[in-house]
Amino acid sequence: MTTVDWKKYIIVFFITAVLFLTASYISNYFGNKRIEEIKSIQDKISIDILSSETQYSLLSELSCKNIADSGFSRELGELGSKLEWGESNLGAAQEVSYLRKYYALLQIKDYLLSKRISERCKTKSAFILYFYTNAENCSDCEREGYVLSSLREKYPELRVYSFDYSTDLSAVKAMLHIYKIEDTKLPALVIDDEVLTGFHGVEELEKRIQESFKLKEPQEGNSDPVKK
Amino acid sequence: MAAIENIIFYIFLFFSTYIQVFFFVTYLENRKKIVRRDGKAELRTYPAVTITVPCWNEEKTIEKTVQSLLNLNYPKDKLHIFLIDDGSTDGTWEVIKKFEHESNIKIFHKENGGKHTALNFGVEHMTTDFFGCLDADSYAHPESLARIMSYFERDPEVMAVAPSVTVYNPKNIIQKAQEAEYFMGVYFKKMLGFLGAINVTPGPLTIFRKKVFDDLGPYRHAYNTEDMEIAYRMQANHYKIEHCNDAYVYTNTPATARKLYKQRLRWIYGFLNNTLDYKNVILRKKYGNFALFTLPTGIITVFSVSFFSAQIILNVFDYISRKVLQFKTVGWSLSPQAPNFDIFFVNTQPIIVLSVIIYCFIIFSMLFGRRMSEGKWNFSARMLYFFPIFSVLAPLWLLKGVYNTIVTKQPNWR
Repeated sequence: MTTVDWKKYIIVFFITAVLFLTASYISNYFGNKRIEEIKSIQDKISIDILSSETQYSLLSELSCKNIADSGFSRELGELGSKLEWGESNLGAAQEVSYLRKYYALLQIKDYLLSKRISERCKTKSAFILYFYTNAENCSDCEREGYVLSSLREKYPELRVYSFDYSTDLSAVKAMLHIYKIEDTKLPALVIDDEVLTGFHGVEELEKRIQESFKLKEPQEGNSDPVKK
Repeated sequence: MAAIENIIFYIFLFFSTYIQVFFFVTYLENRKKIVRRDGKAELRTYPAVTITVPCWNEEKTIEKTVQSLLNLNYPKDKLHIFLIDDGSTDGTWEVIKKFEHESNIKIFHKENGGKHTALNFGVEHMTTDFFGCLDADSYAHPESLARIMSYFERDPEVMAVAPSVTVYNPKNIIQKAQEAEYFMGVYFKKMLGFLGAINVTPGPLTIFRKKVFDDLGPYRHAYNTEDMEIAYRMQANHYKIEHCNDAYVYTNTPATARKLYKQRLRWIYGFLNNTLDYKNVILRKKYGNFALFTLPTGIITVFSVSFFSAQIILNVFDYISRKVLQFKTVGWSLSPQAPNFDIFFVNTQPIIVLSVIIYCFIIFSMLFGRRMSEGKWNFSARMLYFFPIFSVLAPLWLLKGVYNTIVTKQPNWR
């Protein structure tokens, strides 16, 4: 007659459970590390922005040379992609969505400051505010995303700030209100204060970006152009 | 919906890990009992054994198969070899006729009726207390039979002994991938042997006591997997099956993906249908580990691999459709994305950590299976072929096997 070693079945169950717990512990540990990393990048950017703002207000006659190079845009881009990855791969949804709000705020601050600097110093630059949604299946948003990333690769002077329509943040809501963005007309883009809704292809946006560059080009007689 | 999918996913993952841990614990418990003999096996007595070679269109391999039987280190007068031509349409009969004059070989020709009929023909005509089969595409190691017989000598309760089947002369990547899989099979079979839970007594050189057939009846068609059904029947009747890890049999394996697919479809269809036929055994304590571990393991494996692969297919499909959308929108991006690697993006979700653990167990079973069959511990690159090839092909035969079982469509032998 066959005997069954029940003890073994139970021991194996516990070993498996321990492996599962260890796996989720390891996973949590690295997840938290990532969130910390995101936080520290955000803190750094926020200090940078604050410092530039302060510099800007301190020295109204500031030499453009000193400030025009403040390139948090790249860091912001890195932060954005890390957050996006975190959203789909890290379990801590609440924490990540909090960080996303912070990120949206940093983007707005960066946008305002960079715009001011660019206007004053006449640097070659263009700004796009991009509103999208993850809520529904918005394939136009996905396509617009590809267009914007490819444009950003082509024109390093282009700054794209992207905002999830559903971000629960008063600053983002204020922007939606200012530009009269409706959720039925997403994706929406803002270039030089002009609102474009629906999908816009590479060629069309490229034209607008170049126009935007021209607008900022130093007029004759204007002093202190930035040499790069 | 996604939450339910996640729960199912983790349940399957839990069971898959459980199965691997169970095998590993069995190994730790029994590792001292695993003996690998290099020299000649000496028996006190050499009982007479009948070995039947059923052949159907095997003209290419049969001669070498018979030669390997003639080279067995076993007294010639105790070894009765039956070569049974099951209505071949090629030159098989001419090849086996060459052995007609060997004193211990009998040749038979019968109408084609399937492998189980050829085996039963051998069972009917045998006069010995032990019976075995050797598939006509497999070659026995000279010491294999004596080593197998030593298990019967040691334990009168043993009713059947299965050998270690490994791949003969693997040439291409498909065969090398199977070699790694057969090594793994040797390890699993040995562990199942310790658990008294072996579910296949493979066609290449499993030896049975005659009593098995006297008590339980002849081979059955059993969806072209008669070697599985007889093991199920034995387990259902509490007949002990052992695995002799140092009895080597080398078998020719399918050389193309298509042939491999057909073979495995037959196996998986046989597994599903034999298991359905013996469903009353599953999870019944009185049938021991066979009912509590082997059969549930098989069922979970079929369903979890199907589930995991369906997920992978969906992910791949999703990825491709994104890439197509990207291409349609902006064309090929000249500078490929993310050229600089950032450790941040290394996925450490629990699923990844657990998959790494499961892969480690699988690689261990290949290594240990190899050690039991070749005496070498070392890792070979061939083991890596297993993963891509079986990941792509196994879901196909598993899903098709499940589908065929549902619509009761029986696959052909080849």
